[in-house]
Amino acid sequence: MTLTTLDQIAYARSGDKGEGSNVGVIARSDAAYAFLREALTEEVVREHFKGINHGGVQRFEAPNMGVLNFLLEDSLGGGGSASLKTDAQGKTHGLALLRMELDIPDDVLRSVGS
Amino acid sequence: MKSKDKVLIANGQGFWGDSILGPVRLIEEGPLDYLTLDYLAEVTMSIMQKLKTRDPSKGYATDFVALLDRVLPKAMEKGVKIVANAGGVNPMACKDAVLEVVRKHGLEGVKVAVVEGDDILGELDGLMDGGEAFTNMDTGEPLAPVREKVTSANVYLGAFPIAEALDQGADIVITGRGTDPGLVIGPLIHEFGWTEADLDQLAAGTVAGHILECGAQCTGGNYTDWQSIENMAMIGYPIVEASADGTFTVTKHEGTGGRVSRDTVVHQLSYEMGDPANYITPDVVADFTSFQIDDEGSDRVRISGVKGAPATPTYKVSMSFQDGWKSVGQLTISGPDALAKARLASEIVWQRLAYDGFEYPEHERLVEFVGANVCHEGVPVAGSDEPSEVVLRLGVKGPDRAKVNRFGSELVPLVTSGPPGVTGFAGGRPKATEIIGYWPALLDKTKVRSTVSVHELQPGGPS
Repeated sequence: MTLTTLDQIAYARSGDKGEGSNVGVIARSDAAYAFLREALTEEVVREHFKGINHGGVQRFEAPNMGVLNFLLEDSLGGGGSASLKTDAQGKTHGLALLRMELDIPDDVLRSVGS
Repeated sequence: MKSKDKVLIANGQGFWGDSILGPVRLIEEGPLDYLTLDYLAEVTMSIMQKLKTRDPSKGYATDFVALLDRVLPKAMEKGVKIVANAGGVNPMACKDAVLEVVRKHGLEGVKVAVVEGDDILGELDGLMDGGEAFTNMDTGEPLAPVREKVTSANVYLGAFPIAEALDQGADIVITGRGTDPGLVIGPLIHEFGWTEADLDQLAAGTVAGHILECGAQCTGGNYTDWQSIENMAMIGYPIVEASADGTFTVTKHEGTGGRVSRDTVVHQLSYEMGDPANYITPDVVADFTSFQIDDEGSDRVRISGVKGAPATPTYKVSMSFQDGWKSVGQLTISGPDALAKARLASEIVWQRLAYDGFEYPEHERLVEFVGANVCHEGVPVAGSDEPSEVVLRLGVKGPDRAKVNRFGSELVPLVTSGPPGVTGFAGGRPKATEIIGYWPALLDKTKVRSTVSVHELQPGGPS
């Protein structure tokens, strides 16, 4: 186990979805996907975004792409044209998630070549 | 009416405000059958409706007309057909402007088709009288209480009307509101003769359309490992090589910047994806968990095996309504003690306003200290000396207004065609503002004579 950041084993892409944001997490390997499927639960993601998201978190799985897709339900300060926030579209929420620190098994780290 | 084995479809405009260089280079830099262009966002329709109210000849994407003026001769010479939702809320006026460009370049014979029927603002009251509640999909509230404030109402049309326009020989298809993937599926239906029953093919077209719809976001733009992307300035815009059976390959023109790999494509697939197993369009419900995605190397990614389910019985309606007012301003505050002074400055603003009787409740005001982690508020940042965000200010000036304005249109495109984490573009495209010159000089006193005259009210009238 090594304590490191999520960006070591995943990519991310985010954008707006109504008054919330859609954060896609893309595993860098099959082993990383298997690990993240267990580790990156709705609860863990909700806790990570507690300063940004004031609603629930929903997770969807797309194993064919190695993607875990998260919906943060109230993360844009109103959404659309009503938001006053700098990041009114949640464009940076993917990078925010990749900053998460977690214990990652060494074989998972090896599977992505780090 | 199957006309060829492989059809090449590109998207050169990911959103209203994307760089004009995308479509210009797509036409010039390699083979292409169809160029699609997406100009509409939800807010756009409302802005266009307002423009049309003021001037009945407005209300469409004028960027499209400027683009055609630049590329139309070359596009027609190469046989590239153009499909764009540039019509906004006034597709007929857009068509008139496009025909002007056709005439200007002596391209008589070019056929311009218009797809209409998405704009239901005029029919809204009749539909509501007929029992349609237009319940808000997110909140469950009925439309009636806000009906008077509605400024635009548009149905997301599907791909078949676009195919029909192409069947009738159109070189350019102008639509109003439709689904973004529809711009791509329409040409595929036309080329391969797909029907409503070809669910897997329509779903494949939907996946292809989703990959293309944000332009360079699938070719290395807004990509996590941005350091590994070469020549982002000249990033290639995406092209799909589609076959009649629904399989397709994502690629880009040779020699362009950026990259097409499994990872860059999956980045875009996961963008605003929602529930991957049920991606709903008016034509089909696509299953984004069904397909296989293979990196073939050399900037080629193949997608096969997409599955689709029958479409739902409803169209999605996008409405906008007047929902209040807003104002945002900013100051830059230097160190020492930058953050403490910024906190004080914001308190001063609220206190002075309150003194004068203007109170703004918490949920109706914004305080951000840009540079002190506003983008990732509350997210722990593991040991780093880097500032948590940087505000990039760029500017130009000069005697040529058009040249100064051209600069402003290259900033917002970075959101989809630059490094990841670019945001804060709510102000849109910066516009040229006039520089007011100051001209102090001297003049001999003898050349100036001062006069004094005194006036007063006369009885019965002004002086």
